[in-house]
Formats: sequence, C-alpha cells, structure tokens
Amino acid sequence: MARTTGKAAVRKQKPAARARSQGRMVVLVATRKGAWLYHGDAKRKTWRADGPHFLGHVISHLVLDPRDRRTLLAAAKTGHLGPTVFRSTDLGRTWKEAARPPAFAKAADGQPGRAVDHTFWLTPGRVSEPNVWYAGTSPQGLFRSDDGGVNWEPFSSINDDPQYRKWMGTVQDGTPDGPKLHSIILDPRDPAHLYFAMSGGGVHESVDGGRNWKTLLKGLDVVEGFDSSEPTFHDPHCIRICPSNPDRLYQQNHCGIYRLDRPSDTWVRIGRNMPKRVGDVGFPMVVHPRDADSAWVLPMNGTTVWPRTSPDGKPAVYATRNGGKTWQRLDAGLPADEAWWTVKRQAMTADASDPVGLYFGTTSGELWMSRDEGRRWACFARHLPEIYSVEAAELK
Amino acid sequence: MKVLIPGALRSYTEKGEAEAGGATLAAVLADLERQYPGIRFRMIDEQDRIRRHIRIFVNGGQVRDLSQPLNATDEVVIVQALSGG
Repeated sequence: MARTTGKAAVRKQKPAARARSQGRMVVLVATRKGAWLYHGDAKRKTWRADGPHFLGHVISHLVLDPRDRRTLLAAAKTGHLGPTVFRSTDLGRTWKEAARPPAFAKAADGQPGRAVDHTFWLTPGRVSEPNVWYAGTSPQGLFRSDDGGVNWEPFSSINDDPQYRKWMGTVQDGTPDGPKLHSIILDPRDPAHLYFAMSGGGVHESVDGGRNWKTLLKGLDVVEGFDSSEPTFHDPHCIRICPSNPDRLYQQNHCGIYRLDRPSDTWVRIGRNMPKRVGDVGFPMVVHPRDADSAWVLPMNGTTVWPRTSPDGKPAVYATRNGGKTWQRLDAGLPADEAWWTVKRQAMTADASDPVGLYFGTTSGELWMSRDEGRRWACFARHLPEIYSVEAAELK
Repeated sequence: MKVLIPGALRSYTEKGEAEAGGATLAAVLADLERQYPGIRFRMIDEQDRIRRHIRIFVNGGQVRDLSQPLNATDEVVIVQALSGG
C-alpha cells in the first residue's frame, strides 16, 4: 500500500459553490497492461491498491457509473485479441463481458468495411438516462448502449456517413495509437445536446439528439500549412464541459488551449497567455467541479519533432483561476528536473472534494495527486505499466 | 471436431481444447461462439476478417478464408501470431 502525506490547504470558496459531503474516494487507473483501483480514505491520505484487473489487457478507459457508484465499465483489448468491454456491478469484484461490444456495421459485399481496433472513450449517460452509456472508438466511431454497457450499437449516422468518413481520414490520420473519437460530452440540461471530438477530425455538436451534427471549429488553429476550414486537419486532444456552467467548454488541442462560451461558436485561444517557453501544447484538460473559471493543464513539449514530454524535463501543472486570462505554475513536490514525462489525454482528472483533488498518471507508470488543487503534489504509486487513463470518483 | 484453443482465449473455454461442429470454418467458429459467447469477436472482426494477430490452421495448413470446407475428422488449431517479439 502506498501512502501520501502532507497538509491539505483550504482555499476560500466562492459562495455559490459548495462541495457535497466527502465519502471514500476511488481512483481508477487504466494501463497498457491492466487496470487498478486505488481506494482512498475520506481524507485522501492513504490508498489501498486493488489490482491488477485484466493483467496483460490493454485497458484504454475505466469508468465508474456516477448514477449508482457501483458499476464499472472497462474498455479492453489484448495484443492478440479483438476489443471488448467488461462490466462489473460490484465495484470490480466480478466482471462480465459485454454481449455485443462496439462494432461497426458489416459492409456491403465487396466494400471495404472498418473494424473497431479498440474502444477508447466511455461516457456515462445523464442522470435522467439510466443504463445509457456512450463510447468512442479507434478508428473513429460513436456508439451507445441502452442497457448499461451489455449491448452496443452505432449511435447516429456518423460512422458510415461519407462526409464524416472523409473527415476521419485513414488510420494514418490520427494519433500513433490510431485515430480516435473521444470527449463525448453530454449537456446535463438538455437531453438533445451533445458534443464529441475526433483526433483527427475536429469538434462536432448536435442539438437534436445526434440526428444532425455541425462542426465547431471556429477559432481553432491547425498545424501551419494546413487548411483550418477542413475538419480532418483539426486535432482536439481533450475537451471538458464545466459542471457549474455547462455553457463553458475548455479544450486542450494539438495547437493550443481554448475556451468556448456558448452560445458563441468561436473558440478563444487562452493558451496564448501561457509562458512562451512552456507553450500551450498538451493532452489532458481538467476543469473545476464548482468554479467554471478554474481549470488545469499539464503542458508537453510540442516543438520540433514533437517530443510530447515535460518542457525542459521539468514537469508542472498550470492552473487558471480566471478563465484563462492568467496561468499559475504548480510544481511543488514534482521533480525539479530530469523528468521527461508524458501524460495522456485521459490520464489527468479532478475529484469533487473541497479542496479539489487532482490526479494524473504518467506513461512511465507513476500516479501523482494533489489534495489542495495543485499547490502540493505527491506520488502515491509507481512502477505501474504505461498509464492510459485516470478517473476519480466518490463511493457511496 | 477438435479445436485447439490458445492461452489468450482460455478465459472463455477454461481448457486448451474444445469440440465444435460445422461444414465450414465459419460454421465451426459459430458453434464455438454458441458454446462460449464472446469468443468469436476476439478472433474475427465485424467484417468477418481474421484478426491481424490470430492464425488458424486446419490439419497443419494455414486457412485465411472462413468459407473453407471442413470434415469432421479435421483438426483446427487457433494460435496467437508470433507478432509481438
């Protein structure tokens, strides 16, 4: 069992925003070689490791259903075997495989059809939609389950839409691990309003429950020399909606950090306000559960050949408290130098406690957390396989 | 007929050998799926292609076509490809 120590500083909280009661925390860690659950105490000071689950499986995402706080879904594959989804209704004590994992429609005879390589992203449905889950896959596909993750069907028409297929490009037009559909975001106020993003392929929005979609690309930069009006050249890395103000979205993109305040459809590059020598390239985007002006990023080196490592080997989280007007470097407790970390887009998250706990996992297998919104960091697990995703949730 | 199951799929069969019937490789795989739900999709994708790191041999010869006819005395061997180093 790994332990962390240190003081949890109390930050003055805005009057309208109150944290709910704090129960036991669980941190869900998906890695290239299996999954782990880290159970914390109410103070988030000690952690008990539960794992590995699915040792040797590539687990892209492990998510707790916030509607019952018991059900877990794990997006899995192995080096040899095709993709699947595992489901547990007892917090990981037992698992059962989905009867029908996400899979594209069978192509007509003679036509090339796509096959899901792996399910990459899982989003639980709204509180008003019990048993609904959404999944994003690699290559890019959007799927939905109406029975808690047992059976999955293509959702909306985009998987086979000729325009979307063109924007999705080929398997070469995405991340090194394959092009992905991710950041499936549900507007909690409106059951017909949702977003998703594709790397590559841009950001998309529907206001009619997924029947029709429109691009949401204004203001976003693309790599120099490419046409920014073409969705296929857009590479959003991670988009988050603010729980306290669902009209505000933050995005970490291949080309910068952005904020979008609806009903505007133009992203503002708030990453311009980051220190020039650090830049505004990275993968995760984390938002505060109760303060839409607060968000965190973990910058990566996006210069020259794209090392995707901590700039200068000096890892740091950057926080904004004013919607991106200014950024503050938060590196207390992190290695001062010679730490060439990569943190993937799903591998950083926040809990809903007060003060907010922040968590991230590195591709070198270290889990770090802060109990005070980033002021002080501590490692609470190391020597794990390459970390793909980190989620924090409060148990009953 | 006898079907040898690789280690990666024994979480489904709980043994290294299974019995399955069918006049073609596709039918045998369908019978395996009936007995061990979920096993087929781990080997065969939604376009009915054998997955990249799976190999299937019948009586020692590699088979790439699921419509391959089979006899009751044939031996089917499913293996994990030596593709990872």
